[in-house]
Amino acid sequence: MPTINDILVLLPEFYLVAAACLLLLMDAFIKPEQRGTLHWCSIVVLLVAIYLVIAGQPDVTVTAFGNMFIRDPASEIIKVFVLLCTVLVFIFSRPYLIDRKRFVGEFYTLMIFAVIGVMLMVSAGNLVMIYLGLEMLTLSSYALVALNRDSPLSSEAAIKYFVLGALTSGMLLYGMSMVYGAAGTLDLAQLHEAIAQGTVSRLMVFGLIFMLVGIAFELGAAPFHMWIPDVYQGASTPVTTFIASVSKLAAFGLAWRLLDTGLAGLSNYWQPMLAVISVLSMGIGNLVALVQTNIKRMLAYSTIAHMGFLLMGITNATPGGYASAMFYAICYALMSTVAFGVVLAMARAGFECEEISDLKGLNERSPWFAGMMAISMFSLAGVPPLFGFYAKYLVLQAAINAGYLWLAICGIVMAIIGLWYYLHVIKVMYFDQPEEGGATVSASDSSLRVVLSLNGLALLALGVYWGPLLGWCRRSLGLS
Amino acid sequence: MFNHLLSLLIWLPLAGTVPVLMAGSSRPNLARWLALLFMVLTFVASLFLLPQYNADLGGMQLVEHHAWASTINVHYNLAVDGISIALIILTTIIGVLVVAGAWEIIKTNTHQYMAAMLALESMLIGVFCATDALLFYVFFEAMLIPMFILIGVWGGPRRVYATLKFFIYTFLGSICFLIGILYLYSKAGTFDLHTLAALPLSMTEQSWLFGAFVLAFAIKVPMVPVHTWLPDAHVEAPTGGSVYLAAVMLKVGTYGMLRFILPITPDAGMHYMWLIVVLSLVAIIYIGYVALTQEDMKKLVAYSSIAHMGFVTLGMFIAFVLVRDLGSVETARLGMQGAVIQMISHGFVSGAMFTCIGIMYDQLHTRIIKEYGGLVNVMPWFAVFYVLFAFSNTGLPGTSGFVGEFMVILASFHMSAWVAFFAAFTLVIGAGYTLWLVKRVMWGRIHNPHVAQMRDINKREAFVLTVFALMILFIGIWPQPLVHLTDSSVAQLVQQLAIHKL
Repeated sequence: MPTINDILVLLPEFYLVAAACLLLLMDAFIKPEQRGTLHWCSIVVLLVAIYLVIAGQPDVTVTAFGNMFIRDPASEIIKVFVLLCTVLVFIFSRPYLIDRKRFVGEFYTLMIFAVIGVMLMVSAGNLVMIYLGLEMLTLSSYALVALNRDSPLSSEAAIKYFVLGALTSGMLLYGMSMVYGAAGTLDLAQLHEAIAQGTVSRLMVFGLIFMLVGIAFELGAAPFHMWIPDVYQGASTPVTTFIASVSKLAAFGLAWRLLDTGLAGLSNYWQPMLAVISVLSMGIGNLVALVQTNIKRMLAYSTIAHMGFLLMGITNATPGGYASAMFYAICYALMSTVAFGVVLAMARAGFECEEISDLKGLNERSPWFAGMMAISMFSLAGVPPLFGFYAKYLVLQAAINAGYLWLAICGIVMAIIGLWYYLHVIKVMYFDQPEEGGATVSASDSSLRVVLSLNGLALLALGVYWGPLLGWCRRSLGLS
Repeated sequence: MFNHLLSLLIWLPLAGTVPVLMAGSSRPNLARWLALLFMVLTFVASLFLLPQYNADLGGMQLVEHHAWASTINVHYNLAVDGISIALIILTTIIGVLVVAGAWEIIKTNTHQYMAAMLALESMLIGVFCATDALLFYVFFEAMLIPMFILIGVWGGPRRVYATLKFFIYTFLGSICFLIGILYLYSKAGTFDLHTLAALPLSMTEQSWLFGAFVLAFAIKVPMVPVHTWLPDAHVEAPTGGSVYLAAVMLKVGTYGMLRFILPITPDAGMHYMWLIVVLSLVAIIYIGYVALTQEDMKKLVAYSSIAHMGFVTLGMFIAFVLVRDLGSVETARLGMQGAVIQMISHGFVSGAMFTCIGIMYDQLHTRIIKEYGGLVNVMPWFAVFYVLFAFSNTGLPGTSGFVGEFMVILASFHMSAWVAFFAAFTLVIGAGYTLWLVKRVMWGRIHNPHVAQMRDINKREAFVLTVFALMILFIGIWPQPLVHLTDSSVAQLVQQLAIHKL
């Protein structure tokens, strides 16, 4: 029987489910021109959820519903940043959605349901819970990608995403069933115990491989990256922003939950596999991004490369490594919201900012947002003193500490190759002359302007003062 | 205030970028004055280093220690010794001069240009102050961003090619450096330079680290054969960018060598010393000949910079042999001191040469030597300065160029007469390309009608050139204050070379 205590532990999740249902109802009853209210209500709902997560943060790990749900400091951090990124997506998307007459309630409720999925997944204490949370996230995401009904590109992306996603979640489930068969339990803590005590059977390693496929797909790491470019390009930019930021944080949560909480004892097996996936992702992502002319596609390949870097931190398989990977995931989410935020701000009715050449001479027309984009690009490239550098530095350090010096060197080589396409964007914005009717930030929405600026400046500020965030990540994983 | 003098020096110019940027493109004059104000303030603040630093005591002084990411033992540690102070003051003087030099020359996006200069100065001072390897790396890399923008936005016709080449080339080097310090961190658990200098390392480890560090800093210096970005970057950069690049950024490479290679990998340094000595001599002789054939003035001075920086690396690395094989601490100090003085002197000389070329370019819009000739007839005052700087570039006694080169040649005699012989070649080649340049540009008859219409320098340009001239003559005639400032730091560096870490 669930006790009141169980419900209190899940308070943010319960609250968010109730609020999402209310928003859905509200959307049915308000007039289309009042949808601005829905927009602000959704943001308030998420901000309250952030408060509930932080306020109810336990000092120690708390479990509920018979170990189905774990509330620990590390999952709380992921939840806070997932909610925060969703708020950013909402704010950045409004003018875009209004211009395209797609300012609909589904956009908000689907995203909130996806966020609930993430929150359940990163706090799951059981393989089935992980699967359910993941499905909740991905099903909402399929619908979000397909939201742009009139566009064939968008429908194509949604179908690709759905088919590949269904296939890999099948693989994940298959792997889980193998592990269940070998260990006799679905509970992560018991699984951890069972591996620590017993010998590792071949069946379990077999299951592990399938689970890694699921993780790699969710991260978008090579060779399971095929969906990323098409979905990024096909989905409307707000949804792309959501997938680039929230899903990546979620994917880190998934990897950490499965590999650390559950399968830490198998790290001898999954470490080398992840190292290979990491190298492949960095290589494919960076090399293919070099030749992209579409900015969303370029950022898609850049995501693949970044996930390779993130995996370097996980490959370390110690709390320090997970902390660096978590730092990386947070950093990547905040960088990508700036990059896509500028793309969103530049789009206007009848003009999509799709090609990199659309940014030509942005510095002449909107120097401030050109500066924000430049900060984001330098940060993605990992140039100090920006936030992105410290994330790269930490995962490289984690790889070296784990004895993967070759992996770190591959990462460095890839970082140099990647530099080229980030610099290209800056070159286009600063060194090229603007074209007639070309790049400018037209959105007059002041909330977008203010929050995007804050987001961009945060990359600079966190670059100078990154210690506390790292300390927070490390403490949440039990390090001093 | 003096407790945080170094932080003040780093953050003051950076803070200056905010008001300068806020002045906006519509108020270029406000941006200029604000930039000048912050540059002058930083310069004045940097002068306070001199009374605060006890030159007789040596060592790292004015220490600042703050937690940065204390959970992983990364700190915001600053401290300076005599060498850093000399370089910081060089940087702040050059900062004032580039802002004054770019006054009405930069017409588009003046505020962004000035802000980039301020940011660059801040990062350069940061490099010279940092005593935590990660902090050093952050400043070392961060200076690429303003320079990238400077060359790319205000540069010449091939600016995009030049600036991308510059950025990727130097990024390649510095990221090798990053791997090196990450490896050291995984051994020592800290980035503190003092601890790293005392860390015992096997020969294999030292060799790999030496390779990574040399690659990183050799690209910055630049040494042959990784110098090819420099002529391109110099030719395309705006005058201020060229001046900063030649005067200070190149010194960051040699400064990095004496902060990282000499103390952390002394045994590998001894073992591979010949490599650096040979490359330095190649730079001095071969690049000297390359300079001789240049038709573009900026390229010529860029190549001559590479040749002169060869003396700095030569002076630093012959010290290994002098101390370890010959046990001659005195001559090692002489060579090292020569290298340090050459760093400062070259900062002023190359800065002055690039400023002169900028002044000519602003009027005639060409840097091709053939287009000039007979300039002394229309620009007599300018010619006075130009010839002085040219003499200093050839290493004429009485100018700063002589002191450092002479000391290095003298020290290299103790190592091998052949090394000294080849190093001394520069006096011939350097005189060759520089004086020939002067002859073709200054003397003779005016054959280009546009040259006849050129005006002599105005007050602003005269001010900039006078400061350069005074500094060059000051170091050339009375090097004692500079020697005194850096002497104990040089002695400590030489001591560290002698310690076996195996």
